[in-house]
Amino acid sequence: MPTVRASLAPADRFVTRHIGPSPDETRGMLATLGYESLDAFIDAVVPADIRLRRPLALPPGRTEREVLQALRGLAAQNQLYRSYIGMGYHHSFTPQVIQRNIVENPGWYTAYTPYQPEIAQGRLEALLNFQTMVADLTALPIANASLLDEATAAAEAMNLTEAVAKVPPGTTPMFMIAEGCHPQTIAVVRTRAEARGVQTVIADPAGFEFRPGVIGALLQYPTTDGKIEDYRALCDRAHAAGALVTVATDLLALTLLTPPGEWGADIAVGNSQRFGVPMGYGGPHAAFFATREAHRRHVPGRIIGVSRDAAGRPALRMALQTREQHIRREKATSNICTAQVLLAVMASMYAVYHGPDGLRRIAERVHTLAVLLAQAVTRLGYRVVHSSFFDTLCVEVESSVLPRLLDAARARRINLRVISPTRIGISLDEATTLGDLADLVTAFSLNEVLPFMVEDLGAKAGPSIPESLHRTSSYLTHPVFHRYRSETEMLRYIKRLEARDLSLTSAMIPLGSCTMKLNATTEMVPLSWREFNRLHPFAPREQATGYRTLFRQLEDMLAEITGFPKISLQPNSGAQGEFTGLLVIRAYHRSRGEGHRTTCLIPTSAHGTNPASAVMAGLDVVPVQSDARGNIDLADLRAKAAEHKDTLAALMITYPSTHGVFEASIRQVCEIIHAHGGQVYMDGANMNAQVGLVRPADVGADVCHLNLHKTFCIPHGGGGPGMGPICVAAHLGPFLPDHPVVPLRQQQPCGTVSAAPWGSAWILPISWAYVALMGREGLVEATRIAILNANYVARRLAAHYPLLYTGQNGLVAHECIIDCRPFKASAGIEVEDIAKRIIDYGFHPPTVSFPVAGTLMIEPTESESKEELDRFCDALISIRQEIGEVEDGTQPRSNNLLTNAPHTLADLIADAWDRPYTRERAAFPAVWTRAHKVWPSVSRVDGAYGDRNLVCVCPPMEAYALAAD
Amino acid sequence: MANIPADLRYTKEHEYVKQTGADAIVQIGITDYAQGELGDVVYVDLPKVGASFGRGDVFGTIEAVKAVSELYAPLAGTVTEVNQALEGDPALVNRDPYGAGWMLKLRAKNAGELEQLLNSEAYKKQIGQ
Repeated sequence: MPTVRASLAPADRFVTRHIGPSPDETRGMLATLGYESLDAFIDAVVPADIRLRRPLALPPGRTEREVLQALRGLAAQNQLYRSYIGMGYHHSFTPQVIQRNIVENPGWYTAYTPYQPEIAQGRLEALLNFQTMVADLTALPIANASLLDEATAAAEAMNLTEAVAKVPPGTTPMFMIAEGCHPQTIAVVRTRAEARGVQTVIADPAGFEFRPGVIGALLQYPTTDGKIEDYRALCDRAHAAGALVTVATDLLALTLLTPPGEWGADIAVGNSQRFGVPMGYGGPHAAFFATREAHRRHVPGRIIGVSRDAAGRPALRMALQTREQHIRREKATSNICTAQVLLAVMASMYAVYHGPDGLRRIAERVHTLAVLLAQAVTRLGYRVVHSSFFDTLCVEVESSVLPRLLDAARARRINLRVISPTRIGISLDEATTLGDLADLVTAFSLNEVLPFMVEDLGAKAGPSIPESLHRTSSYLTHPVFHRYRSETEMLRYIKRLEARDLSLTSAMIPLGSCTMKLNATTEMVPLSWREFNRLHPFAPREQATGYRTLFRQLEDMLAEITGFPKISLQPNSGAQGEFTGLLVIRAYHRSRGEGHRTTCLIPTSAHGTNPASAVMAGLDVVPVQSDARGNIDLADLRAKAAEHKDTLAALMITYPSTHGVFEASIRQVCEIIHAHGGQVYMDGANMNAQVGLVRPADVGADVCHLNLHKTFCIPHGGGGPGMGPICVAAHLGPFLPDHPVVPLRQQQPCGTVSAAPWGSAWILPISWAYVALMGREGLVEATRIAILNANYVARRLAAHYPLLYTGQNGLVAHECIIDCRPFKASAGIEVEDIAKRIIDYGFHPPTVSFPVAGTLMIEPTESESKEELDRFCDALISIRQEIGEVEDGTQPRSNNLLTNAPHTLADLIADAWDRPYTRERAAFPAVWTRAHKVWPSVSRVDGAYGDRNLVCVCPPMEAYALAAD
Repeated sequence: MANIPADLRYTKEHEYVKQTGADAIVQIGITDYAQGELGDVVYVDLPKVGASFGRGDVFGTIEAVKAVSELYAPLAGTVTEVNQALEGDPALVNRDPYGAGWMLKLRAKNAGELEQLLNSEAYKKQIGQ
């Protein structure tokens, strides 16, 4: 009975929740564009010769309830053991006020990178707290606002070292890695060093000689097996030889130990995960990076700095951006773009919540437990290898006893670290109880009855932290780490910061190339489940069956969507994916005896990460020009490919192009590169225009990365986390990255690129859920509506602003660029003025000045309704009229609605008002702004002031008090 | 309109060269047009006294908030003096590019190279002025 079956179909479909426009609105937009149907419209946009002519081989979409059930099933297959494996990952309690109001709060997790500081002061303050926390605990004054993980942070430190340390001409630079570093850190640093032509040597630092050519050293403090070493003499030797010392360290340990900045280290890096962030089977977590004043211009990643606004009030914004890839491209200090903002915010809030005294109590408690454990296992006849330790013990175990010990531990659902056949590592943490300790000791007694009570042991053994390394300096003295101890105060602090920021909870964020689509609640809910967030990344395989199944299924989904059979989930950002893909290409060429292929062609319009990643992978960048229509200049490409045919390694290309156009020549482009011996790397940043319509593999690419945080719904978190898995053709499969602790069994791996084997595993259920919810039809529908929305916006705005670049039939792909350059001459108005005025209308501005200076790039995504698109277009059209008033002289060229934007409440209610327009027009330029808008909390931020006077830790409170006077 | 003094020489990369009167010593900086295009200068990275450059070599970098540019030696020569004031106040380049915002003094290796640089008319033409 088909009718009954039809009426019993699910009453609610997720697709209609994810996609903004209703069927009626879709028809209306198609009519505006002059198309009868969505099919006809898509045929007009996407070149026919690259279309996928069949449905994706994926299941149909499922309801939210079904998908949550399926994820519950997968979660149930993960087993929660108590993990004492350590190696940079520890159990930690996330304060519930942080869990509910940050991790589970779209006000925080749907915001974007704070490029518009006037509507981002909340998370900028949280990040400044993070930097202050790191600078204080490490005693190194310049800290950044997070990196991807500890291992890549160590590799970035090596890059900095290479940039500032000099080697005699003709010598290969050499970098020493202490044998006491975590194995995953060693593997990542070696991979990065090898790509850059830096030689590495693993050594015992005690006897290491800093010969000429040695640029620096990487140490671990405490070491991976727990030992606390005094590195002062080593630092002296290094500095005498002109070398830099980097130390990977542990923030909790630094509450008790002499900080690296006080014993001579030049750079400190590490993972802030144990500050209230779950292990999540490997990430995401915020790594930190701090260094001395002298190296501030070589620091990788975002630095938040204090500046002032137009009214002279303190205001925060990203500082020294000229270091970064989006400006300096192949000369950048690093390719990093996405950081780990949400996780850095969590860690900083953990420090705000506990304060220095609370953190110290946690550290002392963990240390006391470790001391008790050391005494207990000593009483049982074991030898504790290092007499100095913080939270990690290295215990000698006879090889004949080891299997029985591991069995006894397993029976108690305990994971230990097997360091060698005769050594066991045990790392204790915030979550360890006395009962846990008793269980551990019983395992070590091989299930015999204990001859003592653990709590009776007393902590009266010899000093386990050397006297010379006791911390004496204070830290976290700023009031922010003392004011918010009660939950009421903490809650209000979190909410106060949140209220200063514009996220997707209040308006669309039409940032071109960033794909700020819906991050559905159902996709996010599983992150709160302990079966997903409590697993240690190096837990035995069989405890993570649910995760493994999820990875395999997600890989299958992505393989079908891209057409590439092999996938690595290891890269934990888009830029990291680019680097990995290029390493894979290099490894492939080498395997064929063509290691000399090191030229990488990159269009001038590419994202800055492309050239920066190519340089990191040891490639030489050769730019390829764009033609007048914004397409890759085929003649120039042919010429460059032919000129470099003997050394051509790869072309990096974004599709649709960074100009937001489906270039009709893409197949030809790939053929030209292949004909000259190169591989084609496709940057997947714009994949949202391809899913279900075009597959990278089918048009001729060999590798692509996917920004799961764009197309596949992982939220941007205010500037991270991201995930950048790479998908490769069969011939490149053997070269995918492997992992030293959790072997992935790749045949000829290109190395290791992330600290954790599957990158940021914790957030992969989000993308899995998105694909499962949308299904084969829903995914294609999303792509089609994303393209429709962009073209609708382009059409409405084209009558008011020049539209830069279109593809066939005058249509754009999933984003469009409007040209604001003419207003500089006609009205003295810069693109920046327009962007800031958009804030007054309650929106986040689009991407400013990329890929073309003086333009705005708008990407609405499929999730925005027609009503929201119309509101946004109305705002831009109204702004065009405001520009007109300046052009015709009604408003002066300076001191007008645009040059003074954005307008804060403080500006508007000031007693004096000397502007040639009303307060009303300034504040409520459109009718909807009266009902609701996010107000900028500061006026236009003066970027130059802050860059000339760099302050990247919390300023004293008097600074705010003075400004208020 | 950018100020392009008639008595200076220019490169197409927007450096100017001013004769100092002292034998073979020239003063180098960036033009008024260049500082206007860059916007608020926040940092100038300059070489040490005694460093030598060939004509067209990169001798430093200049940074604004959202732009960075390399600086090219208009002539071959050896650095005899560096404008220390730019370290504390890089905005001098914006306020007074031909005066207090100068960057280097260079002992020219080959005085004849000066004649090969653009004159003010040729430079104005290049920047469309």
